[in-house]
Amino acid sequence: MKHLIKNPRDFWSGVMFLAIGALFAGIAFTYKLGTAARMGPGFFPFVLGIILAVLGVAILLAAMRDRNKGPGVEKFHWMPVFWVLMPIVVFGFGLKVAGMIVMGLFVVIVSSIGSEDFKLKPTVWLAIGLVIFCSLSFVAGLKLPIPLCPGLDFFEQFALCRV
Amino acid sequence: MELLANLQLGFGVALAGTNILYCFIGVLLGTLIGVLPGIGPVATIAMLLPATFVLPPVSALIMLAGIYYGASYGGSTTAILVNLPGEVSSVVTCLDGYQMARNGHAGKALAIAAIGSFFAGTVATLLVAAFAPPLAELALKFGPADYFSLMVLGLIAAVVLAHGSLIKAVAMIVLGLLVGLIGTDVNSGVARYSFGLPELIDGVGIGPIAMGIFGFGEIIRNLEHGQKRDVFVKKVTGLMPTWQDLKVSALPIVRGTTLGSALGILPGGGPILGSFSAYTLEKKLAKDPSRFGKGAIEGVAAPESANNAAAQTSFIPLLTLGIPSNPVMALMIGAMIIHGIQPGPQIMTAKPDLFWGMIASMWVGNLLLVVLNLPMIGMWVKLLTLEYRFLYPAILIFCCIGVYSINNTWMDVILAAGFGFIGYLFGKLDCEAAPLLLGFVLGPMMEENLRRALLLSRGDPAVFVTRPISATLLVLAVLLLVIVAAPAVRKKREETFVEEE
Repeated sequence: MKHLIKNPRDFWSGVMFLAIGALFAGIAFTYKLGTAARMGPGFFPFVLGIILAVLGVAILLAAMRDRNKGPGVEKFHWMPVFWVLMPIVVFGFGLKVAGMIVMGLFVVIVSSIGSEDFKLKPTVWLAIGLVIFCSLSFVAGLKLPIPLCPGLDFFEQFALCRV
Repeated sequence: MELLANLQLGFGVALAGTNILYCFIGVLLGTLIGVLPGIGPVATIAMLLPATFVLPPVSALIMLAGIYYGASYGGSTTAILVNLPGEVSSVVTCLDGYQMARNGHAGKALAIAAIGSFFAGTVATLLVAAFAPPLAELALKFGPADYFSLMVLGLIAAVVLAHGSLIKAVAMIVLGLLVGLIGTDVNSGVARYSFGLPELIDGVGIGPIAMGIFGFGEIIRNLEHGQKRDVFVKKVTGLMPTWQDLKVSALPIVRGTTLGSALGILPGGGPILGSFSAYTLEKKLAKDPSRFGKGAIEGVAAPESANNAAAQTSFIPLLTLGIPSNPVMALMIGAMIIHGIQPGPQIMTAKPDLFWGMIASMWVGNLLLVVLNLPMIGMWVKLLTLEYRFLYPAILIFCCIGVYSINNTWMDVILAAGFGFIGYLFGKLDCEAAPLLLGFVLGPMMEENLRRALLLSRGDPAVFVTRPISATLLVLAVLLLVIVAAPAVRKKREETFVEEE
């Protein structure tokens, strides 16, 4: 199999487009397709899904041709992926419960671990500074409805938390 | 003179106390972002979208536009001082700009970039004012079939002028169109591709996509390569160019402006193509081409004028047809919709203050850029010494807050993280993400117009080729594809983008 793929980046893009196209078209098939004059909700996505799948096949076939030699797919670096995206996901799920102050500190400190030269002390100061800045500019200044404190009754007594 | 009356109305809006303030904030933030490598204008505008919610639509759009051309200006500062393009459109400025800085002429390079950009901005503003109204009037005659064909042409042109594999770019557009269809279908009320999640019923927002792919994905890529920057110039002196410098640069500035304005109108190319071709042209015209790459002042003047001119004229298709020519414009459409403005030719007649105010604000913004930035250059140099390990956590927290606040939903944050991973994957597979964003914005509009066109023709697809406007547009689209697929042009197209790489 491996010697058949001349351009791996294109080959796997083709596979990706084929899979996504087929998925979209397949799901669209469960909606009403309708006729061209009276299109149902499934018509346009079905057609687009098919087009995407066909393009995917064309790309992956072209990637198997000899004169289309291309570089291999670069290695995935899972560490930066994890250290950047994990804190964002936690922020998303945790904001309502824990509030922006806690979550902000978490995002800044944890995401910094993904850097090659991570040092705890300056990072903590950076986190504190950024959280203060965000609270002042976004919540106090722009009045964006972001909970600052954890969503517990206990915090209701502080003026800071009632925004 | 209708034009003068219109411009007067525009300047009245743009110079109104608060608007000039937001224009200032916009260009300042834009320059800041442009100077810092690692976050582009797309992620920035998406990030700051919620911050404009409290503003009236005119002020919001003026500020967002300011971020865009401010960023293109700031990018050149980084290119000249650090040999790193702050934005893609300043890639070519690195070639001669950085060499000038090494020869001790950093001040001159920065000044000529500023002067060129200002001249280009002035000309481009006038062009937008002159060409937008007739185009908008023409567009008002468009029926649904014509609109559909126009979008097809726009999307095709966008991929033809972009770099990278053509067929993959087309696939990315189709993928974008499909993602744009997620959510409730307006005609039948069916929630498509929502997988039973109530948060997806309104569809995927442009914020999570833009921030995920262009913000988070970019940060992961930067971390994996490790960013090393070398600020060559610690202190910039000698900002005033000599008469000789101005004389040498005058024609390149004019040529760059012309080329940039023309290419900016076309979808897809915009500032990037403009600056590349302006540089190539200057090199071809020069008596001694070997000076290029060693600090030729023309090599800074022409591309800088071109990218600024193009940045501005790319507003023409947006304001007149409601069609984005690049990802930033796609985001502007998103911003307009959030502010309750339906983009399209009717903006000019329905909201003349917004239309002309935005155009006039472009010139005001350019003036602010020149007046503010040359004196502030010392501050930008300091910013450049900021380490990336402190910068990216800051970007992340701003993005998290920004993406959450667009709709106040946790789902958008999770989606943005997901798109961050997808963006990283696209990078690994050499799939350019810009066409996806264009398709995403146009998806619902395309479906709506296709439906209406076929409903009117009772299901006969011939309507697309029997209506003269639609037929012309489709023929143009096919021609474009054929020309680009032709081997000779294909080679040339590849050459334009690898110039001096």
